[in-house]
Amino acid sequence: MSKGKYGIHGGQYTPETLMNAIIEVEKAYEHYKNDPAFQAELTELLNDYAGRPSRLYYAKKMTADLGGAKIYLKREDLNHTGSHKINNVLGQALLAKKMGKTRLIAETGAGQHGVATATAAALMGFECEIFMGKEDTDRQALNVFRMELLGAKVHVVTSGTMTLKDAVNETFREWTTRVDDTHYVLGSVMGPHPFPEMVRDFQSVISKEARAQILEKEGRLPSAVIACVGGGSNAIGAFYNFIPDAEVRLIGCEAAGKGVDTALHAATIAKGSLGIFHGMKSYFCQDEYGQIAPVYSISAGLDYPGIGPEHAHLHDTKRAEYVPITDDEAVAAFEYLSRTEGIIPAIESAHAIAHAMVLAPTMRKDEIIIVNVSGRGDKDVAAIARYKGENIYE
Amino acid sequence: MNNIVAANKIETNKISQIFADKKAFIAFLTAGDPSLAKTEEFILAMDAAGADLIEIGIPFSDPIAEGPVIEAANERALSASTTTDKIFAMVARIREKSTIPLVFLTYMNPIFVYGTERFFSACEKAGINGVIIPDLPFEEKGEVREAAKSHGLDVITLIAPTSQDRIQMLAKEATGFIYLVSSMGVTGVRSEIKTDLAAIIADIRQVTQTPVAVGFGIATPEQATTISQLADGVIVGSAIVRIIAEHGAAATAPLSDYVHMMKAALV
Ligand SMILES: Cc1ncc(COP(=O)(O)O)c(C=O)c1O
Repeated sequence: MSKGKYGIHGGQYTPETLMNAIIEVEKAYEHYKNDPAFQAELTELLNDYAGRPSRLYYAKKMTADLGGAKIYLKREDLNHTGSHKINNVLGQALLAKKMGKTRLIAETGAGQHGVATATAAALMGFECEIFMGKEDTDRQALNVFRMELLGAKVHVVTSGTMTLKDAVNETFREWTTRVDDTHYVLGSVMGPHPFPEMVRDFQSVISKEARAQILEKEGRLPSAVIACVGGGSNAIGAFYNFIPDAEVRLIGCEAAGKGVDTALHAATIAKGSLGIFHGMKSYFCQDEYGQIAPVYSISAGLDYPGIGPEHAHLHDTKRAEYVPITDDEAVAAFEYLSRTEGIIPAIESAHAIAHAMVLAPTMRKDEIIIVNVSGRGDKDVAAIARYKGENIYE
Repeated sequence: MNNIVAANKIETNKISQIFADKKAFIAFLTAGDPSLAKTEEFILAMDAAGADLIEIGIPFSDPIAEGPVIEAANERALSASTTTDKIFAMVARIREKSTIPLVFLTYMNPIFVYGTERFFSACEKAGINGVIIPDLPFEEKGEVREAAKSHGLDVITLIAPTSQDRIQMLAKEATGFIYLVSSMGVTGVRSEIKTDLAAIIADIRQVTQTPVAVGFGIATPEQATTISQLADGVIVGSAIVRIIAEHGAAATAPLSDYVHMMKAALV
């Protein structure tokens, strides 16, 4: 029987060679998620090592400048290693330890998930190998050095489009060669069951905290929660505990690259169609024959042709909305938040900031928006400089 | 046991017949590498050289079960504008000249996006006998079961060295033949096969008479001899695709020689 369904989406479309490994993860996760000792150990790691809970910061200057809804920033950028990715990685690494695994492998796009995995591997004594597309090792060179510094081996993936999707392909291939001692730390709410559910559970700490924090600060719920969407892990983490609160709009921002009317985007909900790929049924950017489309975004972390199955379902049921944000809009938001609040966001997170800048002025002053700042922008500074430089010569 | 044999009799079809009185040689190639006209020529040549069944790969942008050799063939085929519709047309042309059983190997997405019912209907019309879908495990087989059945195609069951406690569950449903994956990892030529194939085949034999063919990593006549002592058939993919990569449009003669040699090595 098909497992891990979100409406029509999800499932376990994975080669037979990996089925027992995936079932092993599924069983281990089913056991440990209800184990108080495991949860206590994870909470201790999240708090003392990763620096949780992350702050919910009232962006006063941004709010005044935009002149509408009150804007709060959920500061996942302040986590150890600089993004939300560590929430999931600590959970999976701890699980892998309990399963007796000695080696972690992972894909990475922007490098944030790779850095987080390499970090957890160093902390808990795992061997670690990271797969990263050549396109991304070029645009995020510093993160490659960072992973190596942490003791990981980085494989440069030169197949296909040489970005995140190809890194995922290569990590799956690697896993099929060695399942006994190896756990694949998938970096987003995608892939075959149980990954979308497990990663969502580990990331849902974001909305668990944010909901309590906003109730404490404001005594009421926000009108909207906004997050960027690549595979969708920071977004589902930011949405999850607000899903039952029907009055809270949940808005995911996907990468529109050069624009959804060009071929250069990664806007899965706006432009994709139903498919079955990377272990799941969901929406994908693809052609009429089911060939996965080469996608594009300035942001390596959003440069992915699919979206997690739970988001696909939230879209189908209209519980969440998904909007495309272009490179230009994201870069403008990147600069805006840096100047206005002294916070340099990851270029991924800047996609969410960009939408808040559009939405806030249309809302009442007594309404609240929470924007998830999924990561910090240090890794992007050089690429943004190049982007600006190129514009000068255009 | 009687029930099983009876059940298998009913299921007996074109594919299982190739194993009836001999060991079978199964050849894989990627459609459209280097062109569909050449693929057609290669298939007919391999048929003439003694191949018992041809697996035709429908190229996919992201073949996650393939190693570098077949992945590169997928890329070459897609760059040559190969599409599922053009492959159906090629199969129809082959069917005018040959009755050799033909099986498609492709991933779930090209089938699903084409329209699963439409895909299997087109397979039946063109004369395809079965499909192998590496990313469709037992748990998700419902995705294609009805469509395949109503159009008379076998969905080939894959069993891996890691299948262990799943072997009998998988084997029970198998029709056509069972594709036993010889080694962990992706497709590609291997110098040594370490899996205890005899033990897995013994497990399979307890629940079904469906023939077992072994693939992944087999390239040499010596390997083919060894494997054919254990199994009902030998599947060769990467070694054939490598010949095509090396000789391109001129691969017909070397492919024919290779298939002759491999077929002769089966015992
Ligand atoms: C800072 C940051 N935000 C967001 C993402 C996108 O991933 P997801 O959609 O899973 O949150 C990434 C991925 O690399 C990232 O580094």
